[in-house]
Amino acid sequence: MHAIRQTLARVYAGAFIFYMLIPLVIMSAAAFNDNKTPSIVPWKGFTWKWFSALWADDRMWHAFQNTIFVAIAVSLISVIIGTAAAILINSVSGNLRAVLYSTMISTILIPGAVIGISTMIMWTKMGNALDTEFILFKPGLHLSVLGQVSYIASIVMLLVLARLQSFDQGLEEAALDLGATHAQVMKRILLPHLYPAIGAGAAVAFFQSIENFNVTQFTRGGADTLTVYVFSKVRSGITPTINALALLLIGVTLLLAVLYEIKRRRSANIEAAREAEARRAAALEEAII
Amino acid sequence: MGNMIRRYGTSLTLLICLLTAFWLVMLVIVPNITLLESSFRPYLPVTEIGGPKDVYTAANYMKVFNGAIEISPFGFSFQIPVHVLTFSLTIFYSVIVTLICFALAYPLAYFMAKILHPRSLPTMFLLLFVPLWVSEVLRAFAWWIILALKGPLSWILMQLHLIDHEVRWIVGYNGVMIGLVYTYVLFMIFPVFNAISSLDSNQIEAAEDLGAPWWRIHWRIVLPHAKPGIASGAVMVFMLSAGSLLVPSILGSTTSQWFTQTVQQWMLDALDWNTAAAYAFILLLMCTLFVSLVMRVFRVKLSDIAN
Repeated sequence: MHAIRQTLARVYAGAFIFYMLIPLVIMSAAAFNDNKTPSIVPWKGFTWKWFSALWADDRMWHAFQNTIFVAIAVSLISVIIGTAAAILINSVSGNLRAVLYSTMISTILIPGAVIGISTMIMWTKMGNALDTEFILFKPGLHLSVLGQVSYIASIVMLLVLARLQSFDQGLEEAALDLGATHAQVMKRILLPHLYPAIGAGAAVAFFQSIENFNVTQFTRGGADTLTVYVFSKVRSGITPTINALALLLIGVTLLLAVLYEIKRRRSANIEAAREAEARRAAALEEAII
Repeated sequence: MGNMIRRYGTSLTLLICLLTAFWLVMLVIVPNITLLESSFRPYLPVTEIGGPKDVYTAANYMKVFNGAIEISPFGFSFQIPVHVLTFSLTIFYSVIVTLICFALAYPLAYFMAKILHPRSLPTMFLLLFVPLWVSEVLRAFAWWIILALKGPLSWILMQLHLIDHEVRWIVGYNGVMIGLVYTYVLFMIFPVFNAISSLDSNQIEAAEDLGAPWWRIHWRIVLPHAKPGIASGAVMVFMLSAGSLLVPSILGSTTSQWFTQTVQQWMLDALDWNTAAAYAFILLLMCTLFVSLVMRVFRVKLSDIAN
């Protein structure tokens, strides 16, 4: 009975992976179908032409550029703000900490549409009140950046805060006692400890930003990002160029995922080797004594 | 705070506080206050803004009750304002999506935490992470291809002689639900998996040794232990579903309308930002209520959910 249930669980897991991946496979395969509507049936022959059509699509390139700019800006600002917020949270306690912490994480739960609309209304109203034509106060991708930062900073904050838990504040004390300046303590001791979390935060922020639609849709003015571009294409008559784009994006994702996994395995191996060495050394020591 | 100044000095502490303040005040609190303030203002031509007609009014919120249509669920027919209907259906279908996600995710999370060999776990995660990293718009688009009238799903079922003519799959809220479940089920798997992995396997074995049937082990041991994870997953899936704009726009049929789409119409089509603000505020309110409800039912804290 036990064995049957285990087998069933395995079959279910297999089916689930299939369910997760098959739509992506179908979407990618349709990129090679010589058929005007994106589908794999009926199959009308193999072609590369959707890739060259994608290459020649200026609007796509423009949207791609915008996406990268927005994503870099968002991950830069989010990392700075998120790290500062995590350090602040880590140094305060009591009610202040509770209030700050819940305000910060509640931003993750606010629907994107609400963030987009509120950001848009606030900055344009501020522009009207100041009676200025300054670009910051007009709809555009810079407002998308600000809107996205408002919740992505919170994700970075959580990652950095988790890393801060394993930080030994004694190190800072020691450095201060030895005459280090405050800036040196920050730069040489605290930040190096946080780098792995900051790096992960930057990567997550970058991907979150590329994915974002809701905030961008309400703040972008007339500008396109890749997500908005794909969305408008899906809604207004579509050719398999989008499938070609999808295949390329999935390819990049897969590549990054595999690279990450290789790196993780390598560091796990190094870790295991070190542990084995330590065990051998301990055993040797014991034998000598 | 004094501790912080001692460690990092006055200027760095000030910088850290200013950065955090900029985030919370300028990007979170003031925008939301502005949203609330705007939602009570009438929609006026530019020349009349600030004039005698520009007074606070709840008229924007009252627009929710305009335009009644007749519906007849289960044989009862009654009149209901169209936006109230959209709002209720959005909540209803988001709850259904959350339940389906839980039903799909729980067995898998249990399998990953307790049955699968820990060595295969990274590979499993890798396989699950790939669709998560592919953007939402593409995942919705993938289902748009599959569910198309002459798409692969109809084709394969016809090849298998299960159906004899092409089926229109995207009817009513079907497409939206399929898309939402596919897009957000992973947000249920990871928290539930985390919660179940922290359960001591000895507890399960002890229950087995004492002769408990498998369903009782799940009901009395695994499920109660996984409660915080389930709450966290349910909140994430519900919020993402109710707040989704992409999936309902791409996979919606002519008869499906999501509340975010209504908000978008006010904002981008009607250009009536104040009414859009009122509707957005209603959405925000509904989400806040849902989170508090889940927190109360599952007796968990906000910090448990965010993890």
